[in-house]
Amino acid sequence: MEDAAQNNNGPELVESDTTPDPEFYILRLYVAGQTKKSLTAFANLKEICEEHLGGRYRIEVVDLLENPQLARGDQILAVPTLVRRLPPPIKKIIGDLSNTERVLVGLDLLPVGEANVQK
Amino acid sequence: MIEEKDRTLKEKSLEKAPTGINGLDDITYGGLPKGRTTLVYGSAGSGKTLMAMEFLVKGAQKYGEPGVFMAFEETAEDLAENFASLGFDLDGMESRDRLLVDHVHIDKSEIEETGEYDLEGLFIRLGLAIDSIGAKRVALDTLEVLFSGFQNEAILRSELRRLFRWLKDRGVTAIVTGERGEASLTRYGLEEYVADCVILLDNRMEEQISTRRLRIIKYRGSKHGTNEYPFLIEEDGISVLPITSLSLEHEVSTERISTGISRLDTMLGGQGYYRGTTVLVSGTAGTGKTSFAAQFCKAACERGERCLYFAFEESPDQITRNMKSIGIKLQPYLDSGLMQIHASRPMAYGLEMHLMGMRKILDTFNPDVIVIDPITNLISAGTEIDVKLMLTRLIDYLKLKNITAICTSLVQRESTEGINAQEISSLMDTWINLRFFESNNERNRGISVVKARGMAHSNQIREYMLTNHGIEIRDVYLGPSGGLLMGSSRDIQEAKETAEIAAQSKNAARRKRELESKLKSLDAQITALNSEFEVQKEELDKLSSEEALRSNALAKDRSEMARIRRADLH
Repeated sequence: MEDAAQNNNGPELVESDTTPDPEFYILRLYVAGQTKKSLTAFANLKEICEEHLGGRYRIEVVDLLENPQLARGDQILAVPTLVRRLPPPIKKIIGDLSNTERVLVGLDLLPVGEANVQK
Repeated sequence: MIEEKDRTLKEKSLEKAPTGINGLDDITYGGLPKGRTTLVYGSAGSGKTLMAMEFLVKGAQKYGEPGVFMAFEETAEDLAENFASLGFDLDGMESRDRLLVDHVHIDKSEIEETGEYDLEGLFIRLGLAIDSIGAKRVALDTLEVLFSGFQNEAILRSELRRLFRWLKDRGVTAIVTGERGEASLTRYGLEEYVADCVILLDNRMEEQISTRRLRIIKYRGSKHGTNEYPFLIEEDGISVLPITSLSLEHEVSTERISTGISRLDTMLGGQGYYRGTTVLVSGTAGTGKTSFAAQFCKAACERGERCLYFAFEESPDQITRNMKSIGIKLQPYLDSGLMQIHASRPMAYGLEMHLMGMRKILDTFNPDVIVIDPITNLISAGTEIDVKLMLTRLIDYLKLKNITAICTSLVQRESTEGINAQEISSLMDTWINLRFFESNNERNRGISVVKARGMAHSNQIREYMLTNHGIEIRDVYLGPSGGLLMGSSRDIQEAKETAEIAAQSKNAARRKRELESKLKSLDAQITALNSEFEVQKEELDKLSSEEALRSNALAKDRSEMARIRRADLH
């Protein structure tokens, strides 16, 4: 399990070395099969990223049904779970990401106060 | 056909997974419901995690059923460390795929929630763990932590329901632990999902003493003990103490061993205690209970046996010094390692800890005889019923190991009806009572054998003394009124009897002399009479011979006369 996690870390580290941009986002979406919830989450995430991150992001989708050992390695209980792996610190957002404001808050893209103002 | 089907149905419904936990399988009549989920709940520190873990460890060790422990609170490292003290080698078992400890990290502050989700990740994770080692048992400790990690309670509840159904479908025997709640049994009402078996663990303070208790709240489809059972967390895990599970099947020895006091051996049918029995020495303060125990230790050590002394009143130094003053020298045996004294304050920790400690020492030292001095102090470390159960367990253990035990007991009143003694006397095979007798402005010590199972013991009260060469049991002196004479009255009686004997022997000599002289004088008289007899006889002889002469002469004279007178002679 440790190995699997490291394998996943491998290419990212290289990537983050070549792109030292602190504004670059690596997001990983954990799902369990092609369920309605996971499809909704992915669609929502894509939309939010396009709108707020331009091209400064990469989304990895991990299907736990295919890689069940990652549930333990990455401490995933709920699905879908979105993990912001970069920039640090690691952030977790669970659910189908239907509440855009909360996702933005969770990704540190929007301060809590500003979210309220926008509303 | 139908009958057969019925039978298999019945068997199936009663199938159980033995826990391997001491005593628990007795009160559940075989263990937890196999293939189902059991809820174990209790307040913090009541032993839930331990019970769940022991269920898995014993399952893997004794019943060949590997287990998955999913920890929501403690990390695998913490668990491994905590259970190492109980002799559970979690890491070792993990490396052999007998156990899998999976720590689920939940921190609400790291998680943002938005929209619909489910706990499929947990299911996948648990499923993988079960499959990876072929687990038959699962423990979730404490599942309730999930409630603190997620905000959407509705989702959680439906997911929990799904989890329990899933566990059942997987056919694993599971333990789920929960915190005790105020309104419902558990804080988040876990009991509404788990319907098959519910066990409550309780850690109560009574008279400043903590007691652990276990109760089976429900057990669907099975009979079960309904009482509250005290349990111990011992060195090898949980020990539930249903009195009924205590067997009376240990092998007994017919070997007799000396009490160290030859005349006490005599009182006990001539040979002393049976090996492996439990002896109670009761008495009021100052009667010399410790001395009796020490004398026994000394005798044991002299035989080369290992001797363990649990002191709850005095320090080891104090005991050796005091015993030296009455000529019982224990120091050489302590030095040679044949004897050990362990002293501790009874109130220092609970009864449970005491017994646990004692068991540990017993197992490492492996003694032939032990002394618990005094056992009554242990009684103050627990409530009545618990103490009796625990002592029964301890004594059972001693008997199993064929260890002879001397337990001293302090009683309040000068009688054999000591309250404390009575509670535990039924556990004892031999009961020796020591007491003071007050008379003539003195307090003297008396010993009697109240009971001695399996031996013809003396029914007499004897006096004993603590001399500079140990304990001495004295001869019995009965006074004029039939009572036992002790102390100085015994000395007086002794002196009196010696004097009487002397006087009697003097009298006899005098009488003898008198008779001798009488005999002598009689003898003299006999001699005198004899000689007189001779004289008289001589006289008589003389007389008769003279008579004959005279009559001859007379006849001669007459014939002469006739001749002379020319009498007509015919």
